[in-house]
Amino acid sequence: MLENRRKILKRFVGLTAIMGAVLVMPKLAFAKWSKAFDAETTDEAMTGLFDNTETTPSDKIFLKVPEIAENGAVVPVNVKTDIENVKSISIVAFKNPQPLACSFTIPEGTDSDVSIRIRLFETMDVQAIVETHDGKLFSVQKEVKVTIGGCGG
Amino acid sequence: MKVKAKVKNDKVKVKLLVKHPMDTGLQKDKKSGDLIPAKYIHELSCTHDGKTVFLATFGRAVSKNPYLAFSFSGGKKGDTLSLKWVDSMGDTEEFEAVIK
Repeated sequence: MLENRRKILKRFVGLTAIMGAVLVMPKLAFAKWSKAFDAETTDEAMTGLFDNTETTPSDKIFLKVPEIAENGAVVPVNVKTDIENVKSISIVAFKNPQPLACSFTIPEGTDSDVSIRIRLFETMDVQAIVETHDGKLFSVQKEVKVTIGGCGG
Repeated sequence: MKVKAKVKNDKVKVKLLVKHPMDTGLQKDKKSGDLIPAKYIHELSCTHDGKTVFLATFGRAVSKNPYLAFSFSGGKKGDTLSLKWVDSMGDTEEFEAVIK
């Protein structure tokens, strides 16, 4: 009887350990991603996404944003770059509650040219960050004026 | 999900539109006044011939019904593209598109 109880206990402990591992594993992978995107300051977002936070301004990145956005909920953004060896392109909106808007991984063979629509909380600078395979960060930023209420002028 | 993939100058230009609320978790329900819980796509991938050609990770700042455009080389007319997104509540959608 005692032997049996031990066996059952052992099995139970083993099972819990496996279940625990299964539950925790995806959360670990999820953690880094969500840390960067949930960060409330740009620095936190940067450390969550990259290894360093220093970006070099570059004139080889072309960030296309409207000068005046009438509707902050839909702001078209286009990022293009002539830099080679691009690993990722990220878009940061400094004054948003969570500054990191989106990040794109660019595998070999894919153009470093992406378009997306983002939300802007108010008038602010939008920054495009290009990460190269050797870990360097280049950036460019532009101001977008957001008209509240959407009736421009 | 709506996807348009076209070959132009040896490159495949992909334009896509996903139907998704992209709730930020900051908006309030107009009737009840309760906060609408956050539900937004956090990852969208595009695979061609077993190779991931594009991977996007989104935060809450991406607009409702996200629009994306990108292009890659190596695709031919008639090939299929498989696309997939996962949102913060675990919902997913898979879609296959034929390159025109």
